[in-house]
Amino acid sequence: MDAKDTIAAERPRKIEQPDPDELAGLAAQVRADCVSAVHHAQGGHLGGPLSCADILVALYFRVLDIRPDEPDWPERDRFIMSKGHSSIALYSTLAARGYFPRQELLTFDAIDSPLQGHPDMTRLPGLDMSTGSLGQGLSPGLGMALGAKLLGQDWHTWVLIGDGECQEGQIWEATFVAARYKLDNLTAILDFNRLQQYGWRGETIKHRTPPWDPDPSVMEAKWRAFGWHTIQIDGHNIPQIIDACDQAQAHKEQPTIIIASTVKGKGVSFMSGAFEWHAKVPTPEELEQALVELGQSENRIDNGH
Amino acid sequence: MAIEAKQVSQEALRVVFGETLCELAEQYPDILVLDGDLGNSTRADIFAECRPDKFLQMGIAEQNMMGTAAGLATLGFIPFISTFAAFAVKRAADQVRVVIAQPSLNVKITGGYSGLLTGKTGKTHQSVEDIAVMRAMPHMTVVVPADGPELRQVLRAACEHVGPMYIRLTRDPSPVIFDESYNFVLGKAVVLREGTDVAIISTGVQTTRALDAADMLQLEGISVYLLHVPTIKPLDEEAIVEAAVRTGRVVTAEDHSIIGGLGGAVAETLSERHPTLIKRVGWQDTFGESGPDDALLEKYGLTPRHVAHAARELLKR
Repeated sequence: MDAKDTIAAERPRKIEQPDPDELAGLAAQVRADCVSAVHHAQGGHLGGPLSCADILVALYFRVLDIRPDEPDWPERDRFIMSKGHSSIALYSTLAARGYFPRQELLTFDAIDSPLQGHPDMTRLPGLDMSTGSLGQGLSPGLGMALGAKLLGQDWHTWVLIGDGECQEGQIWEATFVAARYKLDNLTAILDFNRLQQYGWRGETIKHRTPPWDPDPSVMEAKWRAFGWHTIQIDGHNIPQIIDACDQAQAHKEQPTIIIASTVKGKGVSFMSGAFEWHAKVPTPEELEQALVELGQSENRIDNGH
Repeated sequence: MAIEAKQVSQEALRVVFGETLCELAEQYPDILVLDGDLGNSTRADIFAECRPDKFLQMGIAEQNMMGTAAGLATLGFIPFISTFAAFAVKRAADQVRVVIAQPSLNVKITGGYSGLLTGKTGKTHQSVEDIAVMRAMPHMTVVVPADGPELRQVLRAACEHVGPMYIRLTRDPSPVIFDESYNFVLGKAVVLREGTDVAIISTGVQTTRALDAADMLQLEGISVYLLHVPTIKPLDEEAIVEAAVRTGRVVTAEDHSIIGGLGGAVAETLSERHPTLIKRVGWQDTFGESGPDDALLEKYGLTPRHVAHAARELLKR
């Protein structure tokens, strides 16, 4: 581990006073580690991981009540990565937060690695659910939130979903039932990047039109109609993310959805807004350019090893 | 020695299911019952009445119900899913696979209204392939009880066993064949009759019809070895091989497709370990229809007479 890892591992449970620059730096490291790990594994997803990096950093460094040295702490906040194909962003964040050495990110997708292509809760401590089949993560989150109510415990359940997987009917099954049980201890965060793996063709084969009305207010209206409290934010503005999470926890009698407008492939110029980078391996040159653009050329996973 | 099976009365498995969970909830306070809005059919309503604090209505949304159960199981609850077998297994198959089976979460899936006799509902509700689907899923235990007394013990075993389990239930009253002396052991088959001419290997309520078939054959002087297999997975392979070794001819009998269920499992086992002539009695790769119980059993070939006929056919070869 390099010096930055050591700092991350010794961090207190939450950063009570977030330094936006520090969190932005961590998000840049997470993005760089995603690109490096996918390059090293010669496989994996990048567009979705880059779009949700700021959300994950805000959650793991400021919002979630967790103990990285005690991943199974019974009263921890729960987190489910419903968009499981963005696993490398979660792994990079967990490493930065001190769950395991950053060096282990280089085992991503390898045989016998705890860092599976899609999250496997039986292999990696700190994962609260196995995911990867889209549209399925909100329901276990509902179960956890309902269970916390039955147990009289006051921890919170957070589920990160993608807008592509909102095309699955199960999301709306869960939305109805969570509202019916008034689960105010459940918050979904929607990584609203408006692109998916292949999508709907635009003017040319290189272009894609959004699957939904790109106006987040239209998406917000759907969730509100299903009985959810809704908040709209810029999903790359970390102070806004933290503020929205605080609001979500304070809201009573309804579950909350935070609709976070994002850019797929955010942070790397040639990946931003390009659907082809949903799952594509960068060349060595593309990796170097990405690390430069993210300001992480000197903060590589394997520095010092 | 074979356990002395006797037919004295009838019980509906669905009623035994509701009543037994009420009793078990006293000893196992972590039990929860999740209903896919069929409680007054599956008789989860009996539980809802006695333990409203542990009954969760999940609405007509089976996929979400599976995920919710998985989340509850991570907290130490023992969620029992209650819906029809047709919907639990196929409507939500990927959910069962991804968030219950793969992570080995302690969810008990009860599939009501399995098989042919579903109260004149017909092809959508008759679950013909649920054993095959569940049996193919890694980590999943599959149990198909024959009668009320066995189901009571199966439900207790489900509370003791940690891990995902599928329990196949039926709607209509069926004969009681086991008495208080019967001891269900998860993963063990039960020899009901000793015999030397032909073995009938059966599961679920079809075992009650296999008993009648054995009686018919005995009257004709045919010595029948009858093996009841309540646990389809893990399969008691030794007991199945023993039945084949003793008789050299095997009839399988189940209220399920002949593809992938008990018949499939027995054929797989014997072809690898003790190749034996087999005849599979069950649904002949077809969908069902609505109709009176007797007419359905007759048309789809599940009566004791059909089981006995299959045995006679094997004895000619």
